Amino acid sequence: MYRYDEFDERLVRERIAQFREMVRRRIDGSLTEEEFTLLRQMNGLYLQLHAYMLRVAIPYGTLSGRQMRQLALIADRYDRGYGHFTTRQNIQYNWPRLRDVPDMLELLADVEMQCIQTSGNCIRNVTADHFAGVAADEIEDPRPTAELIRQWSTLHPEFSFLPRKFKIAVTGSAVDRAAVAVHDIGLRIVADAKGRIGYRVTVGGGLGRTPMIGKPVREFLPREELLPYLEAILRVYNLEGRRDNKYKARVKILVHELGTEAFVARVEEEYARIDRGAVEVDAAEVARIAAYFAPPAFEALPARSEAFEKAARDPDFARFARTNLFPHKAPGYTALTVSLKPIGAPPGDATSDQMRVLADLAERFSADELRVTHVQNIVLPHVRLDDVPEVWAALVEAGLATANSGLVTDIISCPGMDYCKLATARSIPIAQEISRRFADPERERAIGPLGIKISGCINACGHHHVGAIGILGLDKAGVENYQITLGGEPGDLASLGERLGPGIDADEVPAAIERIVDVYLALRTDEAETFIDTVRRVGLDPFKPALQPQEPVRAAA
Amino acid sequence: MPLLDREGLQADPFDRADPSAEGVIVPFDGLEEALESGSNRPVGVDLPNHVHPSRLASHLDRLALVAIDFPKFSDGRGFSLARMLREQGYRGRLRATGRILPDQFAFALHSGFDEVEISDEQAARLPVGQWQLAPHQFSDNYVDTRDGRVSVFKRRRAAREAA
Ligand code: SF4
Repeated sequence: MYRYDEFDERLVRERIAQFREMVRRRIDGSLTEEEFTLLRQMNGLYLQLHAYMLRVAIPYGTLSGRQMRQLALIADRYDRGYGHFTTRQNIQYNWPRLRDVPDMLELLADVEMQCIQTSGNCIRNVTADHFAGVAADEIEDPRPTAELIRQWSTLHPEFSFLPRKFKIAVTGSAVDRAAVAVHDIGLRIVADAKGRIGYRVTVGGGLGRTPMIGKPVREFLPREELLPYLEAILRVYNLEGRRDNKYKARVKILVHELGTEAFVARVEEEYARIDRGAVEVDAAEVARIAAYFAPPAFEALPARSEAFEKAARDPDFARFARTNLFPHKAPGYTALTVSLKPIGAPPGDATSDQMRVLADLAERFSADELRVTHVQNIVLPHVRLDDVPEVWAALVEAGLATANSGLVTDIISCPGMDYCKLATARSIPIAQEISRRFADPERERAIGPLGIKISGCINACGHHHVGAIGILGLDKAGVENYQITLGGEPGDLASLGERLGPGIDADEVPAAIERIVDVYLALRTDEAETFIDTVRRVGLDPFKPALQPQEPVRAAA
Repeated sequence: MPLLDREGLQADPFDRADPSAEGVIVPFDGLEEALESGSNRPVGVDLPNHVHPSRLASHLDRLALVAIDFPKFSDGRGFSLARMLREQGYRGRLRATGRILPDQFAFALHSGFDEVEISDEQAARLPVGQWQLAPHQFSDNYVDTRDGRVSVFKRRRAAREAA
């Protein structure tokens, strides 16, 4: 994992001092509320429905046990004993008091963490594949690139007051688990014919009210040109992005309105002018950063583990092992997903006790590493197969052993009406109710991989556009109304869901989802055909009747 | 209107109206005329932040001042424009005007501005001390800056080479 040096450390401490001063200047009237709002947001502090919310950056989702333990301490001391992991691999505290925030920031800084640029119209926390350093199909670990971008973008003098927020995601694998196509800039690490490493760059992806898939602007950008090229993109966006309408201010709208070709021409023109030498980072520094992400020393282990196979005679363990383990490139190891989606609970929440359990497990069994996924779960990336039974037992004890990774109850949901002041409908209670409907683990297993994603308003923080089933909560004349979309996909074959029909009431949603799943089960060629594949094969029509209550959909198949 | 640089309040030798001022600042669309007028008063120009700086390219060595407007503090185009003008070789005075905040002053200096011109209302609300403190709140920058800071990346390398 990356470790702060004196420069990183000093900057974070100075940022806190600046923040304290900023709060003081708001209180003495130097800053207007409008000014303070944008400035505090750049420190991750939002005003929500009931209270402030503090969003802590977890760069590319990587955490140590010590850091996780500190997050637990903060949850106990300044929140209500829990934290909420988000789709951007961050953690949010929903109940801090303004006057406590600087002290919370100091506690974070003690473990090399901060809230810089987790909000505001600037370059946000960079996200990456949560199986970085694990996946066998990886060309290169994306985190050194993400860390380089984190440093470069931190308090960037030119790009801190952009038209709108700006999100960058990096993947280093053939299979995209970072959903790079739906980010303002998506970077995919690629190798050219000579084996040189570079990036395939897409610009203008995003969800929100106008969802778009990112457009390729460079098929191969040599590694050393990354930062200057990013500067050229950001500069064109800073100058030309729309500032007259916040709903049209993201770079995706600029790319769309100019057309990809014209946008690329602008970027290349700017890139030709830019003083690259001032921006490029030399290879030695890149290598210094990359060295922190060197894989832990894996033991030479057989690919099969007796202890594991013995434990697998227990059907509960076997089910967990089937759903929550991801193949590791090192024989005898696995990456283990800890689901933060127990049946009927708000997605992504963890109590401080659970965080401490995870910290312990990481230290004892996973090379002191944890990952936060954009599906709001936690990964122990480097667990020996021999140790999985013991880890599982500890997870069972802590209420963290739900065997549903990637399944229908592994729901992504934004906070919705329960916390968010922009919400037009509830989302967490919908997630909870759907989760209860599919509580039977055997049924869930039989259904197979299926991503349900829920947003409480058109801003789409719950990524409903890329849910195999997407649910969008709206307000229709004072009544919550939910639109269902099918066929969204965040990864390699990125696609946006299509609307199934008119919106339905909140209490009809869980039953409608059940009927949709039943249609799938009736239509799939066999168990190997996943929900999304069936939707792609048969289209939306066979699913349409499922929106209506009491339609005999099973018979129709 | 009050003028500040990194040292604090300064007298402003330029004015947009007063003919007895040392230098004059003209609107962007009056620039050609001012430069052709034959007067030897230093000429500055108000650059709206939607005008691409390449449109000043042919005048750069005759301009004594470029003032870039920040119509709202949240509108950061001026930071890019400043850097681009410097990259194009502009060496004269570069001034930020409008709704800029002390919290942005360091960014302005790093981007190539020399000074900010604020309204009396801003000056009353945001005392000089806040502007003077701003450039010193952070010791380092991750990127090279126009006011002479060397990026953390390069300083790490220098430290390695010295070791
Ligand atoms: S999608 Fe809407 S309701 Fe949900 S968190 Fe985002 S802004 Fe709030």
